[in-house]
Amino acid sequence: MAATQSIAKRTSTQSNFVQWLSRLPWWLLFLILAGIILLYQFLTNELYSVILSKLTQGIVTTIFVTLVAFTCAIILGLIAGLGRVSRNRLIFNLATLYVQVIRGLPMLVQIFYVAFVLTPAFFTVLNAIGMALIPVLGETNFMLTSNTQDVTLLARAMIALALAYGGFEAETFRAGIESIGRGQMEAARSLGMSYVQAMRYVILPQAIRRVLPPLGNDFIAMLKDSSLVSVLGVRDITQEARLYVSASFRYPETYNTLAFMYLTMTIILSLGVKWFENRMGKNGRGS
Amino acid sequence: MGAVPSAKQPMIVIKNLVKQFGRIDAVNGVSLRVEQGKVLVIIGPSGSGKSTVLRCINHLEVPTSGEIWVDGIRLTHNHKDINAIRAEVGMVFQQFNLFPHLTALENIMLAQKVVRKRNRDESERVARRQLERVGIPEKADNYPDQLSGGQQQRVAIARALAMNPKVMLFDEPTSALDPEMIKEVLDVMQELAKEGMTMVVVTHEMGFARNAADEIIFMDKGLIVEQNSPQEFFSDPREERTRAFLNQILR
Ligand SMILES: Nc1ncnc2c1ncn2[C@@H]1O[C@H](COP(=O)(O)OP(=O)(O)OP(=O)(O)O)[C@@H](O)[C@H]1O
Ligand SMILES: [Mg+2]
Repeated sequence: MAATQSIAKRTSTQSNFVQWLSRLPWWLLFLILAGIILLYQFLTNELYSVILSKLTQGIVTTIFVTLVAFTCAIILGLIAGLGRVSRNRLIFNLATLYVQVIRGLPMLVQIFYVAFVLTPAFFTVLNAIGMALIPVLGETNFMLTSNTQDVTLLARAMIALALAYGGFEAETFRAGIESIGRGQMEAARSLGMSYVQAMRYVILPQAIRRVLPPLGNDFIAMLKDSSLVSVLGVRDITQEARLYVSASFRYPETYNTLAFMYLTMTIILSLGVKWFENRMGKNGRGS
Repeated sequence: MGAVPSAKQPMIVIKNLVKQFGRIDAVNGVSLRVEQGKVLVIIGPSGSGKSTVLRCINHLEVPTSGEIWVDGIRLTHNHKDINAIRAEVGMVFQQFNLFPHLTALENIMLAQKVVRKRNRDESERVARRQLERVGIPEKADNYPDQLSGGQQQRVAIARALAMNPKVMLFDEPTSALDPEMIKEVLDVMQELAKEGMTMVVVTHEMGFARNAADEIIFMDKGLIVEQNSPQEFFSDPREERTRAFLNQILR
């Protein structure tokens, strides 16, 4: 009797242990192990440490592009998202046109398009206006003298990323605004607030709290997509890797290092987003 | 004393209000007037158009046709007018609709600041006074999800009152409440009525209708079936349909 009980107990602690093992985040442990091996390489292997220091030269650009483009994307997305819920047909249609075009184009194509079509077109128009205004502004007005070359490829790349992600964030903001019950707008309006006041003080504060986790995930996606700017020759970490590879043909070492750098950043960020989500979950107000 | 009663203009006048939602006729030609300081109770079966009438009064629904005057001002599509009228017309909803990201106090202060342009101190003073009035001054710093339904509804009433409205509209203010909380809200409303607030109340609370109403309207299928004093309405209704409805709910 007692023996069977103790066996039962032992098997149950065993199965508990197995369960505990199976619940461990093995994927994370695997990644950490791979990271440690790579770290060891960086410290001991001369080639790896050379590559690391080369790629690190692009890290500021990668982070800069991501931060600036994402900030602009949030602003664009908020404006376009408000347009998507507007009852003004003109505003609604303009916002929808923007969102649909963005969603229908590969990001790589958007980058080429902004860099080599929209930017020159913008200056063609600007120059034409400058030409027309010569009688008013004189021969050397900035609209006439400025040209496409004034906008660096870095800037064009950031504009392209901001436009692309602005289209995604527009839908994120729209969904957030629409998730707030109709009663909130009605209560605000019944107190005499205008539509704009109700949006600003009642709807948006609630909607923005709800979209923070998806925005966090989009920030991570933006960090990854910032690698696309390398096609314009902008020297982010991807471009540094490509330059190094083309001279050295050290493919595995270079791209191992590149992948390591992206993964380190994205995993830390996604753990941060998850932590934030949990905190939000505990307190619906997120404060 | 010397005031001539007939010179008092009615607070709300509705003439021939029609409201259609697509092919649904929600309101089919309703006319009514509410004198200043009076309490009008609207009752009727579900879907009879009670909420729609109420919501047309502050233009939350745009009437299909008909005319509405509030305190002598004709409601048109002019946004400025509408916002101005809404600030004078307090509305209390079945689902409270408190702003969940703001504390009780902030809920009451917000519209005072942005619509009435009162400064922080003044709006806070008014907010605290209104919370006192509805009996929960100690809940000032609680968020809506930390309050019971009855408390939330009282904050919602305080929020509307803080704008110094000339009229208060109530759309089934106790229907979402647990039975034990209904009284605390009705008491506040009764008090308001006693203080002379002009009120239009959609409710199924017949006790409140009997005690507080100056007049009762019974609606069915988008029309006013009967308009009567509370005494006659409950003891000797004129219409057969009213009688049937009362039998059904007073059983
Ligand atoms: N936004 C809307 N869109 C379409 N139909 C609506 C809308 N609001 C109300 N209706 C319809 O109009 C009619 C009247 O609705 P209303 O809400 O005024 O009735 P009610 O008397 O308040 O009913 P209840 O007691 O259920 O609240 C109903 O048939 C309803 O389905
Ligand atoms: Mg209703």
